Amino acid sequence: MGDALRLYPLLAWTWLRAAAQFPLSMALLCLGSAAVAALDLVAILLLFEHTPRIAGFTAAQVLFLYGTSALSFTLADVLLGSTERLGEHVRRGTLDTMLVRPVSPLVQIATEDFSPRRMARLLPAAVALGCVLPRLEVDWDAGRVAMVPVMLISGTVIFAALWVLTASVQLVALDMHPATKSVTYGGAYLTQYPMTLYAREFVRGLTFVIPLVFVNWQPALYVLDRPDPLGLPPLLRFASPAVALALCAVAALAWRAGLRHYRSTGS
Amino acid sequence: MSVYPWVATYAFRRYTAYPLGAFAEAVTNTVFGFVRAWVVLALWEARPALGGYAAIDAVTFCFITQAMIGPVQIFGGLELTERIRSGDVSIDLHRPVNLQVWWLADDLGRAAGTLLLRGVPPMLAGALVFPLRLPDAAGWAAFAAAVTLAVVTGFALRYLVAMAMCWLHDDRGLQAVALVTSMFFSGMVLPLVVFPGALGTLARALPWAALIQVPADVFLGKYSGAELLGAYGFQALWAVVLLGAGQAVTAAARRRLVIHGG
Repeated sequence: MGDALRLYPLLAWTWLRAAAQFPLSMALLCLGSAAVAALDLVAILLLFEHTPRIAGFTAAQVLFLYGTSALSFTLADVLLGSTERLGEHVRRGTLDTMLVRPVSPLVQIATEDFSPRRMARLLPAAVALGCVLPRLEVDWDAGRVAMVPVMLISGTVIFAALWVLTASVQLVALDMHPATKSVTYGGAYLTQYPMTLYAREFVRGLTFVIPLVFVNWQPALYVLDRPDPLGLPPLLRFASPAVALALCAVAALAWRAGLRHYRSTGS
Repeated sequence: MSVYPWVATYAFRRYTAYPLGAFAEAVTNTVFGFVRAWVVLALWEARPALGGYAAIDAVTFCFITQAMIGPVQIFGGLELTERIRSGDVSIDLHRPVNLQVWWLADDLGRAAGTLLLRGVPPMLAGALVFPLRLPDAAGWAAFAAAVTLAVVTGFALRYLVAMAMCWLHDDRGLQAVALVTSMFFSGMVLPLVVFPGALGTLARALPWAALIQVPADVFLGKYSGAELLGAYGFQALWAVVLLGAGQAVTAAARRRLVIHGG
């Protein structure tokens, strides 16, 4: 663990310096990535061009959900998003090289191609959240103020665990990997909007099967002081950190099981 | 028989060789289709008949969009890029064929395979859960023509981006910029009918509208008679202009390209 914490920044820095060798491309890449990330924000703003409320939520409230979801997802994506390419390493046999190096394969894959591009994506989410927090009509007591960083951290940890889980899937069923994007990218997208938009059964699934509602929805119900449309106990609003830790444990087990299952190509 | 149909046939076979992987992609496309459908339903509930669409049109639009992601490859990318980077393009240039037409044939085969494997599941799943506006037989034929033109226009755009590799050496920055424009101006993010004022007019005139918005409008039966021809004309015009630009760029790249021997 200590090793991983020391080696992660070192390897990340190495990749950053490599990316800086093509400055024009790097600048375009940062700009492009920030713009791609901002598209979701633009979509929300366009929606509210036409109506003051969506499914009972005002623009500020939806932007709060967007900001917390996007910031959590992007932080997790910066830290662990490139695990998505694990399948490519399995296919090419380059995972074997990683396994014989004296560094955790997870750290090697997570830092691979670490570039400023990924950090540029934090920009729209951070700006949106920064602008919307003072405009929310919320009675900011100590609990609600503390909840914002707690939900950001729990959300980041939940998405990070999902990245590791979906990477583990690639060690077992490579072909099924594209379907797991519906959990990572899909999860990032659907948590930007209030759950009141979706069918009740769908939201139940997001609560009890893939716990995406704990990224921001449940804590946001507390911050915004709104009733739960599913009528679930209010205690769930404080469950995000526990859910995040539990999901990490599941992800760690899955990752270990996946690595044990891995049998190289044999050639 | 000319070589190009063979190129297309083999590309079709290649892209249908892993149906499970394509199906897994389709699963994600479908999930996004549902989430987006619920979002637009909430908007149309607040604003019925927004942009001349009924709620059923907007929901159908979402699923068409998700079905078209694969065929028009809205997220960008062309295999040629990697071949320019690695120098393999020298082999392509040695073939007694037109580089652009070769890759167009390859892309048409790819698109046909992808349409089958990744286009059908989102539409089916969407139709099972939501009421969708489906065209009649003539409508499907009109849609098929619009999709073909969309694929050609999409290819022409991606070919230009790929050829820029000959000058840039690292294409990812340009790819990222291309991704934003193609996502935003094609109607992927939101239907172009909800874009306000001048932004809407601009978006509907740019080539990316030919990729998704125009085929979707054909699917929804928004064009009749001469209007339909106008829609095809819009797509074809951009396809011709962009393919022409691609030919010019190819000629320039041919003079520029230096392959390092090993």
